[in-house]
Amino acid sequence: MRFLPTAEQRDFTRSLDALLTASDTPSVVRSWSAGDPGPGRALWARLAEAGVFALAAPEAQDGMGRLPVELALAYRELGRHAVPGPLVETAAVTALLSHLADAGDPAPAKRLLPGVLTGESVVTLGVPGGGGYVLDAEGADVVLVVKAGATGPELRLAPGHGPVHPSLDPARRLARPDPGGELLAAGPLLAEAVGCAVRWARLAAAAQAVGVAEELLRRTVAYVKQRTQFGVPIGSFQAVKHRLADTLLAVEFARPLVYGAALTLAPADLAAAKAAAGEAAYASSRAALQLHGAIGYTEELDLSLWLRKARPLRDAWGTPAECRAEILAAHP
Amino acid sequence: MDLDHTAEEDAFRAEAREWLAAHVPDAPLPSLETAEGFAAHREWEAELYAGRWSAVSWPERFGGRGADIFRWLAFEEEYWAAGAPGRVSQNGISLLAPTLFDHGSEEQRARILPEMARGAVVWAQAWSEPEAGSDLASLRSRAVRTDGGWLLTGQKTWSSRAAFADRAFGIFRTDPVAPRPHQGLTYLMFDLRAPGVTVRPIGRLDGRPAFAELFLDEVFVPDEDVIGEPGQGWRIAMSTTGDERGLTLRSPGRFLAAADRLVRLWRERGEDRGARDRVADAVIGARAYQLFTYAGASRFAAGGEMGAESSLNKLFWSEYDIELHETALELLGAEAELTDLAGGWGEGYIFALAGPIYAGTNEIQRDIVAERLLGLPKGRR
Repeated sequence: MRFLPTAEQRDFTRSLDALLTASDTPSVVRSWSAGDPGPGRALWARLAEAGVFALAAPEAQDGMGRLPVELALAYRELGRHAVPGPLVETAAVTALLSHLADAGDPAPAKRLLPGVLTGESVVTLGVPGGGGYVLDAEGADVVLVVKAGATGPELRLAPGHGPVHPSLDPARRLARPDPGGELLAAGPLLAEAVGCAVRWARLAAAAQAVGVAEELLRRTVAYVKQRTQFGVPIGSFQAVKHRLADTLLAVEFARPLVYGAALTLAPADLAAAKAAAGEAAYASSRAALQLHGAIGYTEELDLSLWLRKARPLRDAWGTPAECRAEILAAHP
Repeated sequence: MDLDHTAEEDAFRAEAREWLAAHVPDAPLPSLETAEGFAAHREWEAELYAGRWSAVSWPERFGGRGADIFRWLAFEEEYWAAGAPGRVSQNGISLLAPTLFDHGSEEQRARILPEMARGAVVWAQAWSEPEAGSDLASLRSRAVRTDGGWLLTGQKTWSSRAAFADRAFGIFRTDPVAPRPHQGLTYLMFDLRAPGVTVRPIGRLDGRPAFAELFLDEVFVPDEDVIGEPGQGWRIAMSTTGDERGLTLRSPGRFLAAADRLVRLWRERGEDRGARDRVADAVIGARAYQLFTYAGASRFAAGGEMGAESSLNKLFWSEYDIELHETALELLGAEAELTDLAGGWGEGYIFALAGPIYAGTNEIQRDIVAERLLGLPKGRR
């Protein structure tokens, strides 16, 4: 056993980090939130070039050959840099389409997957239980929707979408897809593929949440070291230290769950990773807000880009309560 | 990155499982914190030793199996899953033995370890003093040079297992004029039945004598029972407390088994909806602790050290253990207070309550995490 990233995996992470650092992601997020997806689309293309969207697809589909650990490492970086867009949904669509192809229905993958892997086509996905909304339909080229039909689930290409609703995180632009649209797949095979999509989505969301938690903690630690009150840095006060120690504790124990889930892809492990990472991100956001004080409560400070993401990410693709229920149902 | 086991590891695990299935007592032993229970747990240690399972990570010449850390973790998972008794030798095996391996002499190892491993000599720790708790370096018990050894005088307290144990280890001030409090300390082992030692058992919260106060009046310790160089006691002890908080004191196997028992209790009690999330959190926490430990073990196997990360480990298990037991008590409802009927949950709860206090309080651990892992400035405690 060597439950640590390999040198190659560390290099991959470092190169993504460098790419994202050079991309000024805070201004990308601000444009995306204002309804201008241009800079986000440009970043999307660079991420695709780096292979980020090919990690859930097998080589037969021109992917990099299902690499869940690499996907977790990559999405953690995306979370650390607050990258906007239907990231989790892209992983889910890739898993869904390639599962269908493997199981004998290659047509939807043949048609849609190449654009997803190259980043030319931005996709998003809504599944039952997601509240009926899809993320970033407005900035996407392809909106896929899974809905219960008369004889089982149906996968359709949504013909359009309604207005964008305001969200707790303005970078998450949610809209209701228009009903109907071309039928792409249906039946028990699709039900299996959707299960697979949800597993990959949970892994991606959990990894992204860990990245969000880490960045909130990093920014807050830096802030309390330089912010002075009563003549000393506020980071020298025990009340501040202990809150940050507890935040680090939550992050350090969520991260191995995410990597462990990437290695087993077992539903209970994925649910545990999603619940723990979501809770860690949210706890980290609460600590970050409290310890920054009033300045942290402003949208002007870039911290807000991560603060606002933590709560929706915690609840998307399986709330902690849903995940906990599944863990107990699956426990031997 | 992988979670793979080798064929040898699987065989080792299977051998442990088979032995435990054949030897673990059917009924739980009486409480470790009673004279009767202590004796029964000693016998269990002797049985473990006879099967060479009492200290699997030690070299074979001391009665171990030379198991690496992954094998040790596998053994612990099997041990607790089999419902095997608590370890009366824990203080010796997880605190003193690593100290002897790192800082002791081969003569000391050969003399002390096999006796420890078969439960013939049970060790207590003697760190704290009435005026030196979290501020351990302010300790005042002293050791004065005499012909062929040292004379110990002073008072130690909260000495776990000392009510029934045979010997103890701790640090003593050998240079009263050293410029700094953590200098001039020496790591010593002594006999709890030696002339000059008075052991006064202390009842813990439930009245059981889980620890004791030690009054020492010119207790003779021969030179052969000094570990490392005189004056180096602080450094040596800190490496031991790192082990205590780190990988070896509370193995993940213990909590994986406890979480399984909790799920069984929850199911027996009708899958109470109000407790569901906490039961699930116990399962999640045990898995998180297991994977966190695998990552730590992987770093350790690659030549890294635990360092300040052992404080994260200690914070996690000590708080986890209380939450787990509180959830069990919640499920048991009004019956929970009946410790004889509550299937061990009541005594486990009492035991768990001490976790955030011993082995360095959790307040001290949070300071260590904040200062050494997050790099925050030192301030007043």
